[in-house]
Amino acid sequence: MNGFSRLAVVEARLFLREKAALIGVFGLPVALVLGFGLIPGFSDPQKGLSDQLGTEYIAAVGVAIVLATLGLTGVPMVIGQYRERGVLRRLGVTPVRPLTLLLADLMVWAAAAVLSVAMVIAVVRIAFHVPAPAEPGWFILAVVLGIASLFAVGLIAASVAPTARSAAGIGWLLFFPNMFLAGVYFPSEEMSATMRQIGNFTPLGSALHAVRDSWMGIAPRPEYLGIMAAWALVAGTLSAGFFRWDKA
Amino acid sequence: MTAVIEVTGLTKRYGGQAVVDGISFHVEKDEIFGILGPNGAGKTTAIECLEGLRKRDQGEVRILGLDPKTDGHRLRQRIGVQLQETQLQDKLKVREALELYASFYPDPADWRELLERWGLAGQAGTSFGKLSGGQKQRLFIALALVGHPELVFLDELTAGLDPGARRATWDLISQVRASGVTVVLVSHFMDEVEELCDRVAILERGRIAALDTPAGLVDSAGGEYRMRFRPMAPLDEQSLASLPGVVSVTSRGAQVDVTGTGDFASAVTAELARRQVLVADLRIEGRSLDSAYVALTGRSMDT
Repeated sequence: MNGFSRLAVVEARLFLREKAALIGVFGLPVALVLGFGLIPGFSDPQKGLSDQLGTEYIAAVGVAIVLATLGLTGVPMVIGQYRERGVLRRLGVTPVRPLTLLLADLMVWAAAAVLSVAMVIAVVRIAFHVPAPAEPGWFILAVVLGIASLFAVGLIAASVAPTARSAAGIGWLLFFPNMFLAGVYFPSEEMSATMRQIGNFTPLGSALHAVRDSWMGIAPRPEYLGIMAAWALVAGTLSAGFFRWDKA
Repeated sequence: MTAVIEVTGLTKRYGGQAVVDGISFHVEKDEIFGILGPNGAGKTTAIECLEGLRKRDQGEVRILGLDPKTDGHRLRQRIGVQLQETQLQDKLKVREALELYASFYPDPADWRELLERWGLAGQAGTSFGKLSGGQKQRLFIALALVGHPELVFLDELTAGLDPGARRATWDLISQVRASGVTVVLVSHFMDEVEELCDRVAILERGRIAALDTPAGLVDSAGGEYRMRFRPMAPLDEQSLASLPGVVSVTSRGAQVDVTGTGDFASAVTAELARRQVLVADLRIEGRSLDSAYVALTGRSMDT
Protein backbone atom coordinates (compact mmCIF):
# COMPACT_ATOMS: atom_id res chain seq x y z
CA MET A 1 0.00 0.00 0.00
CA ASN A 2 1.27 3.48 -0.72
CA GLY A 3 1.41 6.39 1.72
CA PHE A 4 -2.03 7.74 0.87
CA SER A 5 -4.01 4.52 1.23
CA ARG A 6 -2.08 3.57 4.36
CA LEU A 7 -2.82 7.00 5.84
CA ALA A 8 -6.49 6.69 4.89
CA VAL A 9 -6.75 3.29 6.58
CA VAL A 10 -5.02 4.55 9.73
CA GLU A 11 -7.14 7.72 9.87
CA ALA A 12 -10.30 5.67 9.40
CA ARG A 13 -9.27 3.44 12.31
CA LEU A 14 -8.51 6.47 14.47
CA PHE A 15 -11.90 7.93 13.58
CA LEU A 16 -13.60 4.71 14.66
CA ARG A 17 -11.72 4.84 17.97
CA GLU A 18 -13.23 8.24 18.89
CA LYS A 19 -16.43 7.22 20.65
CA ALA A 20 -17.71 10.79 21.10
CA ALA A 21 -17.25 11.53 17.39
CA LEU A 22 -19.07 8.33 16.45
CA ILE A 23 -22.03 9.25 18.62
CA GLY A 24 -22.11 12.74 17.12
CA VAL A 25 -21.84 11.62 13.52
CA PHE A 26 -23.93 8.44 13.55
CA GLY A 27 -25.93 8.39 16.78
CA LEU A 28 -27.37 11.91 17.01
CA PRO A 29 -28.95 12.15 13.54
CA VAL A 30 -30.59 8.75 13.98
CA ALA A 31 -31.81 9.62 17.49
CA LEU A 32 -33.20 12.93 16.23
CA VAL A 33 -35.04 11.30 13.34
CA LEU A 34 -36.45 8.58 15.61
CA GLY A 35 -37.46 11.06 18.32
CA PHE A 36 -39.39 13.37 16.00
CA GLY A 37 -40.78 10.52 13.94
CA LEU A 38 -42.57 9.12 16.97
CA ILE A 39 -44.63 12.31 17.40
CA PRO A 40 -48.21 11.25 16.54
CA GLY A 41 -49.32 12.38 13.10
CA PHE A 42 -45.81 13.47 12.10
CA SER A 43 -45.70 10.83 9.36
CA ASP A 44 -48.41 12.68 7.43
CA PRO A 45 -47.86 15.54 4.99
CA GLN A 46 -47.43 18.76 6.99
CA LYS A 47 -49.07 21.97 5.84
CA GLY A 48 -46.34 24.09 7.41
CA LEU A 49 -43.68 22.11 5.57
CA SER A 50 -44.90 22.62 2.01
CA ASP A 51 -46.84 19.37 2.33
CA GLN A 52 -43.70 17.33 2.96
CA LEU A 53 -44.05 14.34 5.30
CA GLY A 54 -42.90 15.37 8.77
CA THR A 55 -40.67 12.33 8.96
CA GLU A 56 -39.18 13.03 5.55
CA TYR A 57 -38.52 16.63 6.55
CA ILE A 58 -36.82 15.58 9.77
CA ALA A 59 -34.74 13.06 7.86
CA ALA A 60 -33.52 15.88 5.61
CA VAL A 61 -32.72 17.91 8.74
CA GLY A 62 -30.76 14.86 9.99
CA VAL A 63 -28.74 14.92 6.76
CA ALA A 64 -28.03 18.63 7.23
CA ILE A 65 -26.88 18.02 10.80
CA VAL A 66 -24.49 15.31 9.62
CA LEU A 67 -22.95 17.68 7.07
CA ALA A 68 -22.68 20.57 9.52
CA THR A 69 -21.28 18.48 12.37
CA LEU A 70 -18.56 16.90 10.26
CA GLY A 71 -17.73 19.91 8.13
CA LEU A 72 -17.97 22.80 10.57
CA THR A 73 -16.76 21.15 13.78
CA GLY A 74 -15.05 17.85 12.88
CA VAL A 75 -12.79 19.17 10.12
CA PRO A 76 -11.42 22.18 12.05
CA MET A 77 -11.03 20.28 15.32
CA VAL A 78 -9.02 17.38 13.95
CA ILE A 79 -6.84 19.50 11.67
CA GLY A 80 -6.29 22.08 14.43
CA GLN A 81 -5.25 19.26 16.72
CA TYR A 82 -2.88 17.79 14.15
CA ARG A 83 -1.28 21.18 13.66
CA GLU A 84 -1.01 21.80 17.40
CA ARG A 85 0.54 18.39 18.07
CA GLY A 86 3.00 18.72 15.19
CA VAL A 87 1.57 15.73 13.29
CA LEU A 88 1.50 17.85 10.13
CA ARG A 89 5.04 19.11 10.75
CA ARG A 90 6.32 15.58 11.30
CA LEU A 91 4.83 14.47 7.98
CA GLY A 92 6.52 17.46 6.37
CA VAL A 93 9.91 15.78 6.82
CA THR A 94 8.80 12.50 5.21
CA PRO A 95 8.43 11.85 1.48
CA VAL A 96 4.66 12.03 2.09
CA ARG A 97 3.52 15.62 2.33
CA PRO A 98 1.10 16.79 5.04
CA LEU A 99 -1.34 17.51 2.20
CA THR A 100 -1.66 13.75 1.76
CA LEU A 101 -2.89 13.43 5.34
CA LEU A 102 -5.34 16.26 4.79
CA LEU A 103 -6.74 14.58 1.68
CA ALA A 104 -6.90 11.19 3.40
CA ASP A 105 -8.80 12.75 6.31
CA LEU A 106 -11.25 14.58 4.05
CA MET A 107 -11.89 11.31 2.26
CA VAL A 108 -12.52 9.43 5.51
CA TRP A 109 -14.89 12.12 6.78
CA ALA A 110 -16.72 12.32 3.47
CA ALA A 111 -17.17 8.55 3.61
CA ALA A 112 -18.47 8.89 7.19
CA ALA A 113 -20.95 11.56 6.03
CA VAL A 114 -22.21 9.36 3.20
CA LEU A 115 -22.56 6.41 5.57
CA SER A 116 -24.44 8.46 8.14
CA VAL A 117 -26.79 9.86 5.47
CA ALA A 118 -27.44 6.29 4.27
CA MET A 119 -28.24 5.30 7.84
CA VAL A 120 -30.77 8.13 8.16
CA ILE A 121 -32.45 7.05 4.92
CA ALA A 122 -32.57 3.43 6.10
CA VAL A 123 -33.86 4.29 9.58
CA VAL A 124 -36.76 6.47 8.41
CA ARG A 125 -37.64 3.89 5.81
CA ILE A 126 -37.69 1.00 8.26
CA ALA A 127 -39.25 2.86 11.20
CA PHE A 128 -41.71 5.18 9.43
CA HIS A 129 -41.99 3.83 5.88
CA VAL A 130 -40.58 7.04 4.44
CA PRO A 131 -39.74 6.36 0.79
CA ALA A 132 -36.13 6.73 -0.28
CA PRO A 133 -35.35 10.06 -2.03
CA ALA A 134 -37.56 10.22 -5.08
CA GLU A 135 -34.89 11.93 -7.19
CA PRO A 136 -31.80 9.91 -6.23
CA GLY A 137 -29.55 11.62 -8.77
CA TRP A 138 -30.39 15.11 -7.52
CA PHE A 139 -30.25 13.87 -3.95
CA ILE A 140 -26.74 12.48 -4.40
CA LEU A 141 -25.63 15.70 -6.11
CA ALA A 142 -27.12 17.74 -3.26
CA VAL A 143 -25.30 15.66 -0.64
CA VAL A 144 -22.00 15.74 -2.55
CA LEU A 145 -22.17 19.51 -3.00
CA GLY A 146 -23.24 19.86 0.63
CA ILE A 147 -20.20 17.91 1.77
CA ALA A 148 -17.91 19.91 -0.53
CA SER A 149 -19.24 23.30 0.57
CA LEU A 150 -19.41 22.63 4.33
CA PHE A 151 -16.03 20.87 4.41
CA ALA A 152 -14.55 23.82 2.52
CA VAL A 153 -15.97 26.29 5.05
CA GLY A 154 -14.66 24.11 7.87
CA LEU A 155 -11.26 24.10 6.16
CA ILE A 156 -11.06 27.89 6.42
CA ALA A 157 -11.32 27.59 10.19
CA ALA A 158 -8.92 24.64 10.07
CA SER A 159 -6.40 26.44 7.91
CA VAL A 160 -5.44 29.10 10.44
CA ALA A 161 -6.44 27.94 13.92
CA PRO A 162 -3.20 27.23 15.83
CA THR A 163 -4.74 24.81 18.34
CA ALA A 164 -7.52 22.26 18.54
CA ARG A 165 -9.28 24.49 21.06
CA SER A 166 -9.28 27.59 18.88
CA ALA A 167 -10.32 25.49 15.89
CA ALA A 168 -13.25 24.09 17.87
CA GLY A 169 -14.20 27.61 18.95
CA ILE A 170 -14.31 28.89 15.38
CA GLY A 171 -16.12 25.71 14.36
CA TRP A 172 -18.93 26.20 16.87
CA LEU A 173 -19.18 29.88 15.91
CA LEU A 174 -19.88 28.75 12.37
CA PHE A 175 -22.06 25.83 13.41
CA PHE A 176 -24.87 27.50 15.35
CA PRO A 177 -25.64 30.48 13.04
CA ASN A 178 -25.50 28.14 10.06
CA MET A 179 -27.92 25.71 11.68
CA PHE A 180 -30.21 28.58 12.62
CA LEU A 181 -30.23 30.28 9.23
CA ALA A 182 -30.48 27.02 7.33
CA GLY A 183 -33.77 26.18 8.98
CA VAL A 184 -32.62 23.31 11.13
CA TYR A 185 -34.07 24.70 14.37
CA PHE A 186 -37.33 25.75 12.74
CA PRO A 187 -38.32 25.29 9.10
CA SER A 188 -37.63 28.02 6.55
CA GLU A 189 -41.39 28.08 5.88
CA GLU A 190 -41.77 29.89 9.22
CA MET A 191 -39.02 32.43 8.55
CA SER A 192 -39.50 35.98 7.36
CA ALA A 193 -38.73 36.54 3.70
CA THR A 194 -35.46 38.34 4.49
CA MET A 195 -34.25 35.62 6.81
CA ARG A 196 -35.16 32.97 4.30
CA GLN A 197 -33.19 34.86 1.65
CA ILE A 198 -30.13 35.02 3.93
CA GLY A 199 -30.53 31.36 4.79
CA ASN A 200 -30.62 30.41 1.13
CA PHE A 201 -27.19 31.93 0.66
CA THR A 202 -25.60 29.82 3.40
CA PRO A 203 -24.14 26.49 2.32
CA LEU A 204 -26.20 24.58 4.86
CA GLY A 205 -29.42 26.40 3.88
CA SER A 206 -28.96 25.51 0.21
CA ALA A 207 -28.06 21.97 1.15
CA LEU A 208 -31.20 21.51 3.23
CA HIS A 209 -33.43 22.92 0.49
CA ALA A 210 -31.81 20.75 -2.18
CA VAL A 211 -32.04 17.63 0.00
CA ARG A 212 -35.70 18.28 0.89
CA ASP A 213 -36.66 18.96 -2.74
CA SER A 214 -34.92 15.93 -4.19
CA TRP A 215 -36.42 13.75 -1.47
CA MET A 216 -39.90 14.90 -2.49
CA GLY A 217 -39.12 14.25 -6.14
CA ILE A 218 -38.57 17.87 -7.18
CA ALA A 219 -35.46 18.90 -9.04
CA PRO A 220 -33.68 21.34 -6.69
CA ARG A 221 -33.57 24.93 -7.87
CA PRO A 222 -30.25 25.52 -9.69
CA GLU A 223 -29.37 28.42 -7.41
CA TYR A 224 -29.15 26.06 -4.42
CA LEU A 225 -26.65 23.88 -6.24
CA GLY A 226 -24.85 26.94 -7.56
CA ILE A 227 -24.58 28.50 -4.10
CA MET A 228 -23.09 25.30 -2.67
CA ALA A 229 -20.66 24.99 -5.57
CA ALA A 230 -19.64 28.62 -5.13
CA TRP A 231 -19.00 28.14 -1.39
CA ALA A 232 -16.95 25.02 -2.11
CA LEU A 233 -14.89 26.85 -4.69
CA VAL A 234 -14.37 30.14 -2.84
CA ALA A 235 -13.86 28.67 0.63
CA GLY A 236 -11.67 25.91 -0.76
CA THR A 237 -9.45 28.39 -2.59
CA LEU A 238 -9.25 30.72 0.41
CA SER A 239 -8.31 27.94 2.81
CA ALA A 240 -5.65 26.66 0.40
CA GLY A 241 -4.16 30.16 0.44
CA PHE A 242 -4.36 30.55 4.22
CA PHE A 243 -3.35 27.04 5.15
CA ARG A 244 -0.47 26.73 7.62
CA TRP A 245 1.15 23.39 8.28
CA ASP A 246 2.87 24.73 11.34
CA LYS A 247 1.77 26.67 14.42
CA ALA A 248 4.24 29.50 13.89
CA MET B 1 35.81 11.39 2.66
CA THR B 2 32.68 12.87 1.14
CA ALA B 3 30.68 15.72 2.56
CA VAL B 4 27.14 14.67 3.41
CA ILE B 5 26.21 18.21 4.37
CA GLU B 6 27.68 21.38 2.92
CA VAL B 7 26.39 24.68 4.24
CA THR B 8 27.71 28.05 3.14
CA GLY B 9 26.45 31.35 4.49
CA LEU B 10 23.06 29.99 5.59
CA THR B 11 20.84 32.84 6.72
CA LYS B 12 17.24 32.82 7.94
CA ARG B 13 15.45 35.98 9.00
CA TYR B 14 12.21 36.52 10.83
CA GLY B 15 10.82 40.04 10.63
CA GLY B 16 14.17 41.47 9.55
CA GLN B 17 15.95 39.76 12.44
CA ALA B 18 18.54 37.15 11.41
CA VAL B 19 17.85 34.08 13.54
CA VAL B 20 20.51 32.17 11.64
CA ASP B 21 23.19 34.56 10.49
CA GLY B 22 25.49 33.34 7.74
CA ILE B 23 26.66 30.03 9.15
CA SER B 24 28.95 27.69 7.22
CA PHE B 25 29.97 24.14 8.03
CA HIS B 26 30.20 20.72 6.48
CA VAL B 27 29.56 17.24 7.82
CA GLU B 28 31.46 14.20 6.57
CA LYS B 29 30.02 10.77 5.97
CA ASP B 30 29.70 8.59 9.10
CA GLU B 31 30.31 11.54 11.37
CA ILE B 32 28.28 12.42 14.44
CA PHE B 33 28.11 16.17 14.19
CA GLY B 34 26.82 18.19 17.11
CA ILE B 35 25.12 21.56 17.12
CA LEU B 36 25.30 22.98 20.60
CA GLY B 37 23.93 26.19 21.97
CA PRO B 38 21.49 27.78 24.38
CA ASN B 39 17.77 28.01 23.68
CA GLY B 40 17.08 30.59 21.02
CA ALA B 41 20.54 30.33 19.46
CA GLY B 42 18.98 29.29 16.15
CA LYS B 43 19.91 25.59 16.28
CA THR B 44 16.49 24.25 15.42
CA THR B 45 15.83 26.90 12.77
CA ALA B 46 19.18 26.09 11.16
CA ILE B 47 18.54 22.37 10.86
CA GLU B 48 14.94 22.93 9.78
CA CYS B 49 16.40 24.81 6.81
CA LEU B 50 18.53 21.73 6.08
CA GLU B 51 15.58 19.35 6.40
CA GLY B 52 13.50 21.46 4.06
CA LEU B 53 10.90 22.40 6.69
CA ARG B 54 11.87 26.05 6.37
CA LYS B 55 13.06 28.00 3.37
CA ARG B 56 16.40 29.73 3.85
CA ASP B 57 16.71 33.38 2.90
CA GLN B 58 20.34 33.21 1.83
CA GLY B 59 23.25 30.86 1.45
CA GLU B 60 23.92 27.53 -0.17
CA VAL B 61 22.88 24.18 1.27
CA ARG B 62 23.64 20.73 -0.16
CA ILE B 63 22.43 17.67 1.70
CA LEU B 64 23.51 14.36 0.14
CA GLY B 65 24.19 16.46 -2.94
CA LEU B 66 20.63 17.81 -3.04
CA ASP B 67 19.26 21.28 -2.37
CA PRO B 68 16.42 20.97 0.18
CA LYS B 69 14.75 24.01 -1.35
CA THR B 70 14.34 22.57 -4.83
CA ASP B 71 14.84 18.85 -4.39
CA GLY B 72 12.98 18.33 -1.14
CA HIS B 73 11.03 15.27 -2.17
CA ARG B 74 14.08 13.26 -3.23
CA LEU B 75 15.95 14.42 -0.16
CA ARG B 76 13.22 13.38 2.27
CA GLN B 77 13.38 9.81 0.98
CA ARG B 78 16.98 9.63 2.17
CA ILE B 79 16.94 11.40 5.52
CA GLY B 80 15.37 10.65 8.88
CA VAL B 81 14.27 13.35 11.28
CA GLN B 82 13.35 13.48 14.93
CA LEU B 83 11.69 16.81 15.65
CA GLN B 84 11.44 18.58 18.93
CA GLU B 85 8.01 18.83 20.59
CA THR B 86 5.98 16.70 18.23
CA GLN B 87 3.20 14.36 19.24
CA LEU B 88 1.43 11.67 17.30
CA GLN B 89 -2.30 10.97 17.40
CA ASP B 90 -3.14 9.76 20.92
CA LYS B 91 -4.99 6.67 19.76
CA LEU B 92 -2.39 5.63 17.22
CA LYS B 93 -0.68 2.41 18.29
CA VAL B 94 3.09 2.05 18.26
CA ARG B 95 2.96 -0.73 15.67
CA GLU B 96 0.63 1.28 13.45
CA ALA B 97 2.86 4.35 13.65
CA LEU B 98 5.95 2.42 12.57
CA GLU B 99 4.10 0.52 9.86
CA LEU B 100 2.59 3.78 8.58
CA TYR B 101 5.87 5.68 8.47
CA ALA B 102 7.65 2.69 6.92
CA SER B 103 5.11 2.79 4.07
CA PHE B 104 6.27 6.32 3.16
CA TYR B 105 9.76 5.23 2.10
CA PRO B 106 10.98 3.36 -0.97
CA ASP B 107 13.30 1.07 1.00
CA PRO B 108 12.15 0.98 4.63
CA ALA B 109 13.92 -0.73 7.50
CA ASP B 110 12.30 -3.67 9.27
CA TRP B 111 10.13 -1.92 11.86
CA ARG B 112 9.85 -5.05 14.02
CA GLU B 113 13.59 -5.02 14.45
CA LEU B 114 13.48 -1.31 15.33
CA LEU B 115 10.85 -2.07 17.96
CA GLU B 116 13.17 -4.62 19.53
CA ARG B 117 16.27 -2.47 19.33
CA TRP B 118 14.60 0.56 20.88
CA GLY B 119 13.01 -1.46 23.66
CA LEU B 120 9.43 -1.00 22.48
CA ALA B 121 8.57 -4.60 21.63
CA GLY B 122 6.32 -4.79 24.68
CA GLN B 123 4.50 -1.62 23.62
CA ALA B 124 3.69 -2.60 20.02
CA GLY B 125 -0.03 -2.54 20.75
CA THR B 126 0.03 0.46 23.09
CA SER B 127 -1.56 3.74 22.02
CA PHE B 128 0.78 6.72 21.70
CA GLY B 129 -1.15 8.61 24.38
CA LYS B 130 -0.47 5.87 26.93
CA LEU B 131 3.32 5.79 26.43
CA SER B 132 5.71 7.27 28.99
CA GLY B 133 7.85 10.24 27.99
CA GLY B 134 10.87 8.01 27.47
CA GLN B 135 8.91 5.54 25.36
CA LYS B 136 7.58 8.36 23.18
CA GLN B 137 11.09 9.67 22.69
CA ARG B 138 12.38 6.22 21.69
CA LEU B 139 9.46 5.82 19.29
CA PHE B 140 10.39 9.12 17.62
CA ILE B 141 13.98 7.96 17.21
CA ALA B 142 12.73 4.66 15.74
CA LEU B 143 10.47 6.63 13.37
CA ALA B 144 13.46 8.72 12.28
CA LEU B 145 15.27 5.49 11.37
CA VAL B 146 12.39 3.55 9.81
CA GLY B 147 13.03 4.90 6.31
CA HIS B 148 16.56 3.46 6.24
CA PRO B 149 18.09 6.94 6.07
CA GLU B 150 21.64 7.80 5.08
CA LEU B 151 21.50 10.82 7.35
CA VAL B 152 19.49 11.48 10.50
CA PHE B 153 18.76 14.74 12.28
CA LEU B 154 18.05 14.31 15.96
CA ASP B 155 16.79 17.40 17.76
CA GLU B 156 17.15 17.11 21.53
CA LEU B 157 17.65 13.38 21.39
CA THR B 158 17.44 12.61 25.07
CA ALA B 159 14.88 15.20 26.20
CA GLY B 160 12.65 13.57 28.79
CA LEU B 161 14.83 10.48 29.29
CA ASP B 162 16.14 9.37 32.68
CA PRO B 163 19.93 9.01 33.13
CA GLY B 164 19.96 5.25 32.48
CA ALA B 165 17.90 5.61 29.33
CA ARG B 166 20.11 8.48 28.14
CA ARG B 167 23.22 6.33 28.33
CA ALA B 168 21.44 3.45 26.59
CA THR B 169 20.33 5.88 23.87
CA TRP B 170 23.88 7.13 23.39
CA ASP B 171 25.06 3.54 22.90
CA LEU B 172 22.35 2.95 20.33
CA ILE B 173 23.23 6.14 18.45
CA SER B 174 26.85 4.98 18.31
CA GLN B 175 25.57 1.73 16.77
CA VAL B 176 23.48 3.69 14.28
CA ARG B 177 26.61 5.52 13.16
CA ALA B 178 28.55 2.26 13.03
CA SER B 179 25.93 0.96 10.60
CA GLY B 180 26.86 3.74 8.20
CA VAL B 181 24.41 6.50 9.05
CA THR B 182 25.63 10.06 9.41
CA VAL B 183 24.13 11.78 12.46
CA VAL B 184 23.44 15.45 13.14
CA LEU B 185 22.67 15.99 16.78
CA VAL B 186 21.14 19.18 18.13
CA SER B 187 21.53 19.45 21.84
CA HIS B 188 21.97 21.71 24.77
CA PHE B 189 23.47 18.95 26.91
CA MET B 190 27.26 19.19 27.16
CA ASP B 191 27.75 15.64 28.36
CA GLU B 192 25.78 14.25 25.46
CA VAL B 193 27.74 16.18 22.87
CA GLU B 194 31.05 15.38 24.55
CA GLU B 195 30.20 11.69 24.67
CA LEU B 196 28.82 11.26 21.17
CA CYS B 197 30.06 13.88 18.75
CA ASP B 198 33.11 13.78 16.54
CA ARG B 199 32.83 17.50 15.91
CA VAL B 200 30.72 20.22 17.43
CA ALA B 201 29.55 23.61 16.23
CA ILE B 202 28.70 25.99 19.04
CA LEU B 203 25.92 28.25 17.89
CA GLU B 204 25.31 31.56 19.54
CA ARG B 205 22.86 34.23 18.42
CA GLY B 206 22.64 32.61 15.01
CA ARG B 207 26.38 32.44 14.41
CA ILE B 208 28.98 29.73 14.87
CA ALA B 209 31.07 30.76 17.87
CA ALA B 210 33.40 27.75 17.60
CA LEU B 211 33.67 24.52 15.63
CA ASP B 212 36.01 21.71 16.54
CA THR B 213 36.21 18.28 18.15
CA PRO B 214 35.00 18.31 21.77
CA ALA B 215 38.61 17.86 22.91
CA GLY B 216 39.73 20.59 20.53
CA LEU B 217 37.17 22.98 21.95
CA VAL B 218 38.33 22.23 25.46
CA ASP B 219 41.96 22.75 24.44
CA SER B 220 41.35 25.96 22.58
CA ALA B 221 39.48 27.31 25.58
CA GLY B 222 42.80 26.83 27.40
CA GLY B 223 43.00 26.53 31.13
CA GLU B 224 44.37 23.99 33.51
CA TYR B 225 43.93 20.35 34.27
CA ARG B 226 44.24 19.00 37.75
CA MET B 227 46.13 15.85 38.65
CA ARG B 228 45.69 14.22 42.05
CA PHE B 229 47.54 11.32 43.58
CA ARG B 230 48.86 9.88 46.83
CA PRO B 231 52.64 9.15 46.69
CA MET B 232 53.65 5.84 48.32
CA ALA B 233 57.09 7.26 49.19
CA PRO B 234 58.29 10.71 50.30
CA LEU B 235 58.30 13.13 47.40
CA ASP B 236 60.12 16.40 46.79
CA GLU B 237 57.32 18.60 45.53
CA GLN B 238 59.70 21.18 44.12
CA SER B 239 61.01 18.65 41.62
CA LEU B 240 57.51 18.57 40.08
CA ALA B 241 56.97 22.32 40.14
CA SER B 242 59.80 22.94 37.69
CA LEU B 243 58.43 20.49 35.07
CA PRO B 244 57.16 21.93 31.78
CA GLY B 245 53.48 22.86 31.86
CA VAL B 246 53.07 22.56 35.62
CA VAL B 247 51.47 25.61 37.18
CA SER B 248 51.19 24.71 40.84
CA VAL B 249 51.92 21.90 43.24
CA THR B 250 50.17 21.70 46.60
CA SER B 251 49.88 18.95 49.11
CA ARG B 252 47.03 18.29 51.45
CA GLY B 253 47.87 15.61 53.96
CA ALA B 254 48.97 12.56 52.00
CA GLN B 255 47.46 13.88 48.78
CA VAL B 256 49.31 15.93 46.17
CA ASP B 257 47.49 18.23 43.74
CA VAL B 258 49.26 19.31 40.57
CA THR B 259 47.66 21.72 38.13
CA GLY B 260 48.99 22.43 34.69
CA THR B 261 48.37 22.90 31.01
CA GLY B 262 49.06 20.93 27.85
CA ASP B 263 50.92 17.66 28.30
CA PHE B 264 52.04 18.30 31.88
CA ALA B 265 50.54 15.03 33.13
CA SER B 266 52.96 12.94 31.04
CA ALA B 267 55.87 14.98 32.37
CA VAL B 268 54.71 14.43 35.94
CA THR B 269 54.24 10.66 35.56
CA ALA B 270 57.64 10.37 33.81
CA GLU B 271 59.30 12.25 36.67
CA LEU B 272 57.59 10.04 39.25
CA ALA B 273 58.74 6.94 37.40
CA ARG B 274 62.32 8.27 37.17
CA ARG B 275 62.31 8.79 40.92
CA GLN B 276 60.70 5.38 41.39
CA VAL B 277 57.82 6.82 43.40
CA LEU B 278 54.70 4.71 43.14
CA VAL B 279 51.41 6.54 43.47
CA ALA B 280 47.92 5.52 44.53
CA ASP B 281 44.49 7.00 43.72
CA LEU B 282 45.73 8.76 40.60
CA ARG B 283 43.08 10.97 39.06
CA ILE B 284 43.22 13.49 36.28
CA GLU B 285 40.38 15.95 36.07
CA GLY B 286 40.16 17.63 32.74
CA ARG B 287 38.30 20.76 31.99
CA SER B 288 34.93 19.75 30.72
CA LEU B 289 33.21 21.00 27.61
CA ASP B 290 31.00 22.80 30.08
CA SER B 291 33.71 25.14 31.25
CA ALA B 292 35.14 25.39 27.75
CA TYR B 293 31.74 26.53 26.57
CA VAL B 294 31.67 29.31 29.12
CA ALA B 295 35.22 30.32 28.18
CA LEU B 296 34.44 30.34 24.45
CA THR B 297 31.11 32.13 24.54
CA GLY B 298 31.54 34.18 27.68
CA ARG B 299 28.34 32.88 29.21
CA SER B 300 26.86 29.74 30.55
CA MET B 301 24.31 27.69 28.69
CA ASP B 302 21.33 28.67 30.76
CA THR B 303 21.49 32.41 30.34
